[in-house]
Amino acid sequence: MAEERRAGPARMEVRLTGEIDHHRAGELMRELEDRLDLEAPREVELDLSGVGFMDSSGIALLIRVYRALALTGGTMLVTRVPKQPGKVLRAAGLSRLFPISYQ
Amino acid sequence: MKIINEARLIFPSLSANESFARSAASCFAAQLDPTLEELGDIRTAVSEAVTNAIVHGYPDTLGDIVLRLRLLEGRVLEIQVKDKGVGIPDVEKARKPLFTTGGEERSGMGFTIMESFMDGIRVRSAPGKGTSVTLRKQVSPRMRG
Repeated sequence: MAEERRAGPARMEVRLTGEIDHHRAGELMRELEDRLDLEAPREVELDLSGVGFMDSSGIALLIRVYRALALTGGTMLVTRVPKQPGKVLRAAGLSRLFPISYQ
Repeated sequence: MKIINEARLIFPSLSANESFARSAASCFAAQLDPTLEELGDIRTAVSEAVTNAIVHGYPDTLGDIVLRLRLLEGRVLEIQVKDKGVGIPDVEKARKPLFTTGGEERSGMGFTIMESFMDGIRVRSAPGKGTSVTLRKQVSPRMRG
Protein backbone atom coordinates (compact mmCIF):
# COMPACT_ATOMS: atom_id res chain seq x y z
CA MET A 1 0.00 0.00 0.00
CA ALA A 2 1.01 3.58 -0.32
CA GLU A 3 2.10 5.12 2.92
CA GLU A 4 2.48 8.83 3.22
CA ARG A 5 5.12 10.84 5.01
CA ARG A 6 4.44 14.54 5.44
CA ALA A 7 7.53 16.54 4.62
CA GLY A 8 6.32 20.12 4.84
CA PRO A 9 3.25 21.97 3.59
CA ALA A 10 4.17 22.15 -0.07
CA ARG A 11 5.91 18.83 -0.43
CA MET A 12 4.48 15.35 -0.29
CA GLU A 13 6.46 12.14 -0.08
CA VAL A 14 4.81 8.85 -0.87
CA ARG A 15 6.49 5.49 -0.59
CA LEU A 16 4.93 2.94 -2.93
CA THR A 17 5.22 -0.73 -2.04
CA GLY A 18 4.30 -4.14 -3.41
CA GLU A 19 3.55 -5.07 -7.00
CA ILE A 20 2.10 -2.46 -9.36
CA ASP A 21 0.10 -4.13 -12.11
CA HIS A 22 -3.28 -3.56 -13.74
CA HIS A 23 -5.04 -5.40 -10.89
CA ARG A 24 -3.69 -2.97 -8.34
CA ALA A 25 -3.18 0.28 -10.30
CA GLY A 26 -6.79 1.52 -10.21
CA GLU A 27 -7.04 1.44 -6.43
CA LEU A 28 -3.58 2.96 -6.04
CA MET A 29 -4.46 5.79 -8.41
CA ARG A 30 -7.64 6.63 -6.46
CA GLU A 31 -5.63 6.67 -3.27
CA LEU A 32 -3.01 8.98 -4.77
CA GLU A 33 -5.63 11.29 -6.32
CA ASP A 34 -7.37 11.65 -2.94
CA ARG A 35 -4.11 12.69 -1.34
CA LEU A 36 -3.25 15.11 -4.14
CA ASP A 37 -6.69 16.72 -3.79
CA LEU A 38 -6.38 16.96 -0.03
CA GLU A 39 -2.83 18.31 0.15
CA ALA A 40 -2.48 20.14 -3.17
CA PRO A 41 1.32 19.80 -2.98
CA ARG A 42 3.72 21.81 -5.13
CA GLU A 43 6.12 18.90 -5.30
CA VAL A 44 5.61 15.17 -4.97
CA GLU A 45 8.32 12.60 -4.40
CA LEU A 46 7.37 9.04 -5.22
CA ASP A 47 9.78 6.63 -3.53
CA LEU A 48 9.67 3.30 -5.38
CA SER A 49 12.19 1.44 -3.22
CA GLY A 50 9.48 -0.92 -1.93
CA VAL A 51 8.11 -1.84 -5.36
CA GLY A 52 8.99 -5.44 -6.15
CA PHE A 53 7.37 -5.50 -9.57
CA MET A 54 5.92 -3.00 -12.00
CA ASP A 55 4.58 -3.31 -15.53
CA SER A 56 3.18 -0.76 -17.99
CA SER A 57 0.22 -0.14 -15.67
CA GLY A 58 2.75 1.66 -13.46
CA ILE A 59 3.79 3.84 -16.41
CA ALA A 60 0.17 4.94 -16.87
CA LEU A 61 -0.09 5.59 -13.13
CA LEU A 62 3.01 7.80 -13.01
CA ILE A 63 1.91 9.73 -16.11
CA ARG A 64 -1.50 10.38 -14.50
CA VAL A 65 0.10 11.74 -11.33
CA TYR A 66 2.43 13.88 -13.44
CA ARG A 67 -0.50 15.29 -15.44
CA ALA A 68 -2.64 15.93 -12.36
CA LEU A 69 0.23 17.90 -10.81
CA ALA A 70 1.04 19.77 -14.03
CA LEU A 71 -2.52 21.15 -14.05
CA THR A 72 -1.77 23.15 -10.91
CA GLY A 73 1.87 23.88 -11.75
CA GLY A 74 3.22 21.16 -9.44
CA THR A 75 6.15 18.90 -10.17
CA MET A 76 7.13 15.35 -9.28
CA LEU A 77 10.20 13.22 -8.98
CA VAL A 78 10.58 9.46 -8.76
CA THR A 79 13.31 8.14 -6.49
CA ARG A 80 15.07 4.94 -5.34
CA VAL A 81 13.77 2.87 -8.23
CA PRO A 82 14.77 -0.83 -8.03
CA LYS A 83 16.07 -2.73 -11.07
CA GLN A 84 12.95 -4.31 -12.59
CA PRO A 85 10.72 -1.21 -12.33
CA GLY A 86 13.71 0.83 -13.54
CA LYS A 87 13.97 -1.16 -16.74
CA VAL A 88 10.26 -0.58 -17.41
CA LEU A 89 10.60 3.17 -16.79
CA ARG A 90 13.62 3.35 -19.10
CA ALA A 91 11.81 1.44 -21.86
CA ALA A 92 9.03 4.03 -21.67
CA GLY A 93 11.46 6.96 -21.69
CA LEU A 94 9.75 8.54 -18.68
CA SER A 95 12.80 10.57 -17.66
CA ARG A 96 11.77 13.00 -20.42
CA LEU A 97 8.80 13.95 -18.23
CA PHE A 98 10.24 14.01 -14.70
CA PRO A 99 13.53 13.28 -12.88
CA ILE A 100 14.10 9.64 -11.96
CA SER A 101 16.84 8.31 -9.69
CA TYR A 102 17.66 4.63 -9.51
CA GLN A 103 18.85 2.39 -6.67
CA MET B 1 12.53 -26.51 -32.49
CA LYS B 2 12.23 -29.57 -30.28
CA ILE B 3 9.97 -29.24 -27.25
CA ILE B 4 11.69 -30.40 -24.06
CA ASN B 5 9.03 -29.49 -21.53
CA GLU B 6 5.56 -27.97 -21.64
CA ALA B 7 2.87 -26.74 -19.25
CA ARG B 8 -0.57 -25.33 -19.94
CA LEU B 9 -2.69 -23.30 -17.60
CA ILE B 10 -6.24 -22.16 -18.20
CA PHE B 11 -7.73 -19.41 -16.06
CA PRO B 12 -10.57 -16.89 -16.29
CA SER B 13 -9.80 -13.29 -17.30
CA LEU B 14 -9.83 -11.94 -13.75
CA SER B 15 -7.21 -9.29 -13.01
CA ALA B 16 -6.17 -11.23 -9.89
CA ASN B 17 -4.71 -13.81 -12.30
CA GLU B 18 -2.13 -11.34 -13.66
CA SER B 19 0.19 -11.99 -10.72
CA PHE B 20 -0.64 -15.71 -10.82
CA ALA B 21 0.35 -15.92 -14.51
CA ARG B 22 3.68 -14.16 -14.06
CA SER B 23 4.53 -16.26 -11.00
CA ALA B 24 3.66 -19.47 -12.88
CA ALA B 25 5.83 -18.45 -15.85
CA SER B 26 8.62 -17.51 -13.50
CA CYS B 27 8.45 -20.91 -11.74
CA PHE B 28 8.49 -22.73 -15.10
CA ALA B 29 11.46 -20.64 -16.26
CA ALA B 30 13.38 -21.51 -13.08
CA GLN B 31 14.49 -24.84 -14.61
CA LEU B 32 16.74 -22.78 -16.92
CA ASP B 33 18.38 -21.07 -13.94
CA PRO B 34 17.86 -17.57 -15.35
CA THR B 35 19.45 -14.43 -13.92
CA LEU B 36 17.28 -12.10 -11.82
CA GLU B 37 17.18 -9.70 -14.76
CA GLU B 38 16.03 -12.41 -17.19
CA LEU B 39 13.37 -13.51 -14.69
CA GLY B 40 12.24 -9.88 -14.38
CA ASP B 41 11.99 -9.59 -18.17
CA ILE B 42 9.90 -12.77 -18.38
CA ARG B 43 7.57 -11.69 -15.55
CA THR B 44 7.09 -8.28 -17.13
CA ALA B 45 6.35 -9.62 -20.63
CA VAL B 46 3.85 -12.20 -19.29
CA SER B 47 2.14 -9.52 -17.21
CA GLU B 48 1.73 -7.33 -20.32
CA ALA B 49 0.38 -10.14 -22.51
CA VAL B 50 -2.08 -11.42 -19.89
CA THR B 51 -3.25 -7.89 -19.02
CA ASN B 52 -3.91 -7.25 -22.73
CA ALA B 53 -6.04 -10.40 -22.91
CA ILE B 54 -8.01 -9.36 -19.81
CA VAL B 55 -8.48 -5.69 -20.70
CA HIS B 56 -8.75 -5.83 -24.48
CA GLY B 57 -9.58 -9.46 -25.33
CA TYR B 58 -12.54 -9.67 -22.96
CA PRO B 59 -13.55 -6.03 -22.34
CA ASP B 60 -17.10 -6.74 -21.13
CA THR B 61 -17.10 -10.44 -20.31
CA LEU B 62 -15.08 -13.07 -18.53
CA GLY B 63 -13.42 -15.62 -20.75
CA ASP B 64 -10.69 -18.22 -20.65
CA ILE B 65 -7.04 -17.38 -21.10
CA VAL B 66 -4.61 -20.15 -21.98
CA LEU B 67 -1.01 -19.71 -20.87
CA ARG B 68 1.25 -22.22 -22.61
CA LEU B 69 4.80 -22.45 -21.37
CA ARG B 70 7.40 -24.34 -23.38
CA LEU B 71 11.02 -25.09 -22.94
CA LEU B 72 12.58 -25.53 -26.38
CA GLU B 73 16.02 -26.83 -27.23
CA GLY B 74 18.82 -24.29 -27.04
CA ARG B 75 17.60 -22.85 -23.70
CA VAL B 76 14.70 -21.10 -25.39
CA LEU B 77 11.63 -20.30 -23.33
CA GLU B 78 8.43 -19.90 -25.34
CA ILE B 79 5.37 -18.35 -23.76
CA GLN B 80 2.02 -18.19 -25.47
CA VAL B 81 -0.96 -16.23 -24.15
CA LYS B 82 -4.15 -17.01 -26.00
CA ASP B 83 -7.69 -15.71 -25.65
CA LYS B 84 -10.94 -16.28 -27.53
CA GLY B 85 -12.00 -12.68 -27.15
CA VAL B 86 -12.84 -9.84 -29.51
CA GLY B 87 -9.54 -9.85 -31.43
CA ILE B 88 -7.46 -6.95 -32.69
CA PRO B 89 -8.66 -5.33 -35.93
CA ASP B 90 -5.24 -3.86 -36.80
CA VAL B 91 -2.32 -5.65 -35.13
CA GLU B 92 0.32 -3.37 -36.65
CA LYS B 93 -1.40 -0.30 -35.22
CA ALA B 94 -1.91 -1.96 -31.81
CA ARG B 95 1.82 -2.67 -31.57
CA LYS B 96 2.83 0.97 -32.06
CA PRO B 97 4.23 2.69 -28.93
CA LEU B 98 1.67 4.78 -27.04
CA PHE B 99 -1.28 3.44 -29.07
CA THR B 100 -4.06 2.31 -26.76
CA THR B 101 -7.83 1.97 -26.77
CA GLY B 102 -7.74 1.56 -23.00
CA GLY B 103 -8.03 5.21 -21.92
CA GLU B 104 -5.78 6.88 -19.39
CA GLU B 105 -5.44 3.74 -17.26
CA ARG B 106 -3.33 2.19 -19.99
CA SER B 107 -0.02 3.53 -21.28
CA GLY B 108 0.04 1.96 -24.74
CA MET B 109 3.51 0.60 -23.94
CA GLY B 110 2.63 -3.09 -23.46
CA PHE B 111 3.80 -4.36 -26.85
CA THR B 112 6.86 -2.11 -26.79
CA ILE B 113 7.88 -3.66 -23.47
CA MET B 114 7.21 -7.21 -24.68
CA GLU B 115 9.34 -6.49 -27.78
CA SER B 116 12.24 -4.98 -25.88
CA PHE B 117 12.26 -7.48 -22.97
CA MET B 118 11.97 -10.65 -25.07
CA ASP B 119 13.89 -11.88 -28.14
CA GLY B 120 10.88 -12.42 -30.35
CA ILE B 121 7.14 -11.85 -30.47
CA ARG B 122 4.45 -13.11 -32.83
CA VAL B 123 0.90 -11.79 -32.66
CA ARG B 124 -1.99 -13.54 -34.38
CA SER B 125 -5.44 -12.13 -34.17
CA ALA B 126 -8.79 -12.34 -35.90
CA PRO B 127 -11.70 -10.03 -35.01
CA GLY B 128 -14.38 -11.99 -33.18
CA LYS B 129 -12.15 -15.05 -32.77
CA GLY B 130 -9.37 -14.06 -30.44
CA THR B 131 -5.71 -13.27 -30.13
CA SER B 132 -2.56 -15.22 -29.45
CA VAL B 133 0.73 -13.65 -28.46
CA THR B 134 3.80 -15.88 -28.61
CA LEU B 135 6.97 -14.68 -26.92
CA ARG B 136 10.40 -16.24 -27.03
CA LYS B 137 13.49 -15.65 -24.99
CA GLN B 138 16.79 -17.45 -24.94
CA VAL B 139 18.08 -17.75 -21.41
CA SER B 140 21.83 -17.36 -21.11
CA PRO B 141 23.90 -20.30 -19.81
CA ARG B 142 25.28 -19.75 -16.30
CA MET B 143 28.78 -20.58 -15.23
CA ARG B 144 28.83 -23.06 -12.41
CA GLY B 145 31.44 -23.02 -9.71
